[in-house]
Amino acid sequence: MALIKCENVKLSYENKVVLEGLDFEVQSGDYLCIIGENGSGKSTLVKALLSLKSVDGGSITFGDGLKKTEIGYLPQQDGARKDFPASVGEVVLSGRLNKRGLRPFYSSEDKKAARSSMEQLGIWELRKKCFRELSGGQMQRVLLSRALLATSRLILLDEPVSGLDPVVTNEFYKLISELNKNGLTVIMVTHDISASLKYASHVLHLHSEKPFFGTKHDYSKCECCKEFIGGEEKCCH
Amino acid sequence: MLSLIKEMLSYPFLVRTFVVGILVCTCAALLGVSLVLKRYSMIGDGLSHVGFGALAVATALNRAPMAIAMPVVILTAFFLLRMSENGKLKGDSAVAMLSSSALAIGVMVMSFSNGMNIDVYNYMFGSILAVTRNDVIISVLLSLFVIVLYVVFYTKLFAVTFDETFAKATGTKAGLYNMLLALLTAVTIVVGMRLMGSLLISSLVIFPALTSMRLFKSFKAVVISSAVVSIVCFVVGISLSFLFSTPAGATVVCTNLAAYLLFCLLRISPTV
Repeated sequence: MALIKCENVKLSYENKVVLEGLDFEVQSGDYLCIIGENGSGKSTLVKALLSLKSVDGGSITFGDGLKKTEIGYLPQQDGARKDFPASVGEVVLSGRLNKRGLRPFYSSEDKKAARSSMEQLGIWELRKKCFRELSGGQMQRVLLSRALLATSRLILLDEPVSGLDPVVTNEFYKLISELNKNGLTVIMVTHDISASLKYASHVLHLHSEKPFFGTKHDYSKCECCKEFIGGEEKCCH
Repeated sequence: MLSLIKEMLSYPFLVRTFVVGILVCTCAALLGVSLVLKRYSMIGDGLSHVGFGALAVATALNRAPMAIAMPVVILTAFFLLRMSENGKLKGDSAVAMLSSSALAIGVMVMSFSNGMNIDVYNYMFGSILAVTRNDVIISVLLSLFVIVLYVVFYTKLFAVTFDETFAKATGTKAGLYNMLLALLTAVTIVVGMRLMGSLLISSLVIFPALTSMRLFKSFKAVVISSAVVSIVCFVVGISLSFLFSTPAGATVVCTNLAAYLLFCLLRISPTV
């Protein structure tokens, strides 16, 4: 059974329909890239997948015992936390919150989990540092670590490399790819089409007329991919 | 120094002031960190004005001030929160509108009844003499209620303050904790109004958090420092006001301002 199954999903944003007739599935272990122009409904879809927004038609179902709250989320960097005093350790640890229920404080087990996650991502040395003083790449690792503490199954990345330099971007892609090989299901919203073709297993191209969903292989053959890369051809499907 | 402390503690009204003040300052400082970081600092200001309006109406109707002000302020806090969440009105302008309206209505109601009486004046600028035994009991209970809830839900409040979207997406009921924050703020402000006056209570919320954020870089350190700074400023402020016979509320706010400037200096000095 699919982890996430979207059937005939209709989504609107401020009373305007942005997506209609959207069908796709995410299987466990997939690496799905969601691409599309600005305004094609990527962010709206992200909100719907995170259950922050209800669908206006169709359905999004979670399978394989995946709970709605088991999606690790790495939000888009928007500079909103520029002046927030928080240490790296505090930020990472907050990823364990959904496992605490109503119990206050964190247990030593939570702290151990946070430690091993930070060590895995190479940020344990930064734990006492202030989050706002990190570089862009370090910040993404911290947020990734937090997301991985919230879930070990599915992670949703919203334009994770925007604002990162090419070296850090490559490192970040490699890291995600490794995690994916170890069994983590990845959904990534991105503008970086060459990277998605390199690492992803599936592509969802949101398009005003008809969205494309298929494997990376099918997508690279599809004309609308070429169009998105820069060709002049009309969309084929 | 010692004789000053001894002398001050020999006045029962000053002992009452210290007990209530230290508790209220702690509450305000704890909540202030989240409010400032969530860009809700104006809510404290708005709530205190609404509280003043409610008190004026209560006085005109000859009712117990706290019994009317508390529910009104709590409802307003929820309402303001809802409004800023929906994005229907931009937070700051909504609050400014509400607070000036509440103040104006309060003043109007008073002019219809018996004019500015002592009680209303006390609520506006605060009076340490006005703290009665009953006030102490109610204030202590309510402050402890706020502090206990804050500590119990500390981890949740941090998550909701730092990244509401992530918290919501991973199953933390962010709306609920925002409401908790609004409720605790409302209670703190109504309790603190008597002491500091509705015009000054919001500074107790904002100042310690801003001061601590100058120097400290983790959330926990900022929260603890806020509480300490707030208590120290209150004690020093009241002592100064006792020594120089200055208005208590205003002296405490000025002490807070001095602490803020001091922390700014410490930050730019290279030795730290």
